[in-house]
Amino acid sequence: MSFYTLLGALEIGLIFSLVALGVYISFRLLRFPDLTVDGSFPLGGAVAATLIASGTDPFVATLAATAAGAVAGLTTGWLNVRLKIMDLLASILMMIALYSINLRIMGKPNVPLIMEPTVFNILQPEALADYVFRPLLLVFVVLAMKFLLDGFFATQSGLAIRATGSNARMARAQGVNTGLAVLAGMALSNALVGLAGALFAQTQGGADISMGVGTIVIGLAAVIVGESLLPSRKLYLATIAVIVGAIVYRFFIALALNSDFIGLQAQDLNLVTALLVTVALVVPRLRQHWSGKKAN
Amino acid sequence: MLKVQDLHLTFNPGTPIETQALRGMSLEIPSGQFVTVIGSNGAGKSTFLNAVSGEQKIDSGSIEIDGIDMTRQPVWSRARHVARVFQDPLAGTCEDLTIEENMALAKMRGRRRGLSFAVKPALREEFRAQLATLGLGLENRLSDRIGLLSGGQRQAVSLLMAALQPSRLLLLDEHTAALDPRTAAFVLELTVRIVAEHKLTTMMVTHSMRQALDVGQRTVMLHQGRVVLDVSGKEREGMDVHHLLAMFEKVRGEVLDDDKLLLS
Repeated sequence: MSFYTLLGALEIGLIFSLVALGVYISFRLLRFPDLTVDGSFPLGGAVAATLIASGTDPFVATLAATAAGAVAGLTTGWLNVRLKIMDLLASILMMIALYSINLRIMGKPNVPLIMEPTVFNILQPEALADYVFRPLLLVFVVLAMKFLLDGFFATQSGLAIRATGSNARMARAQGVNTGLAVLAGMALSNALVGLAGALFAQTQGGADISMGVGTIVIGLAAVIVGESLLPSRKLYLATIAVIVGAIVYRFFIALALNSDFIGLQAQDLNLVTALLVTVALVVPRLRQHWSGKKAN
Repeated sequence: MLKVQDLHLTFNPGTPIETQALRGMSLEIPSGQFVTVIGSNGAGKSTFLNAVSGEQKIDSGSIEIDGIDMTRQPVWSRARHVARVFQDPLAGTCEDLTIEENMALAKMRGRRRGLSFAVKPALREEFRAQLATLGLGLENRLSDRIGLLSGGQRQAVSLLMAALQPSRLLLLDEHTAALDPRTAAFVLELTVRIVAEHKLTTMMVTHSMRQALDVGQRTVMLHQGRVVLDVSGKEREGMDVHHLLAMFEKVRGEVLDDDKLLLS
């Protein structure tokens, strides 16, 4: 595997660590199985690419994409909280609705960004090559998000959201408006995913209607891989674990696809993902099994 | 003051498993009074408590606390006035959060939650002092996950949490029932102390007739969704468990007689 592919894997891993942070908020903190991300990731990409292609400032476009993701999450939360639709079903409904919405936004199946400015090439200094600068900028963005999230979830409002996911009955008894907490958590989660979609479109040369397929599996895979590498209940460690998980996951994918002797090709990506998640799920149990045997 | 008037609630109406849980339940508790509530299984004790806290919607009737109509308010908005400790020690705290985070959550009960940090140094010292009064050594474990504590410890912390913010009413739903006898005695003692310290208006459901008479100033017996016995003052002081049992039997007989009349 070349240095170039390594940096490429790091770049995509960092983008998907934003997705993973979002998935961590919905699946782990809120315990809301949210598949909206398969729609909000391409939504972020579609909004950012369409705006940039029509001459909008890339930073404004990225912000708009993030906001669009938040609205998508808010809608899923609303379907669940106000209309009492089961959480998983509400998110599936939103996901398929977003497929049409994304096509409407783009007006065609894909919007290329070849010569257009992006947040990456605007900020890029002369001295650095683009494939070096992109991961660097992403490291900064991801760490900033991590610290913002750590901080937010230590505030009174953040604590209310965590309590809602952990024990909703208790949260209500303490005066937490749990419906509102779910809405806020879902908006935050999908805002991160929308941001990831916007950055993905700007690094990969445009947005495509099919770019969201399997986003949720990749996000979950990152969360699960991270949790088995760095098991911790402390939030600031858990967010690190999730980020590391996303990068490690992309690294293994790149390794598998670039090792000619295994004979894998790009279309095997989803199979490799499924295998990797299975291994990550089984390893902690095996570890328990072994340490249990030693104790006897 | 709690003022409950003519609560009615029927589960599964119009079906073969229809149950009338509350049938004209009325009760007034003046401020600062500690009332114990007893009754057999299915008498409507828990349903009544859940109706007051808002967890259970009622068919008709009204619930007022200090003159404020609570009947239509959701649980989280009633929480400003009502503190609760549940029967299940795991239900009253968030196991994924630390001891101090749980307490910080309770500290903001019924208040607007903003973007300032939930656990500040001054608050941490307050929690530490509160926990020290328990004598369980929890004051040194503020940043431990509360899921690591035993049921009794968690129930004790729940009680502290209920008193962190002033409330107009404290609801205790058989909060010692799931504990071993020694821990239950400790938690009950703690309850009496906290209620006296904060002069809380309290309603405690209990399965123990002994407890019902020993604790508080007034005892109320529920049967078939309404109050059938209400004793306080001198009358209650002279009472013993066998008096209570005898009354219970008598009440049950009378109600049975009523039903016979209705059926015949």
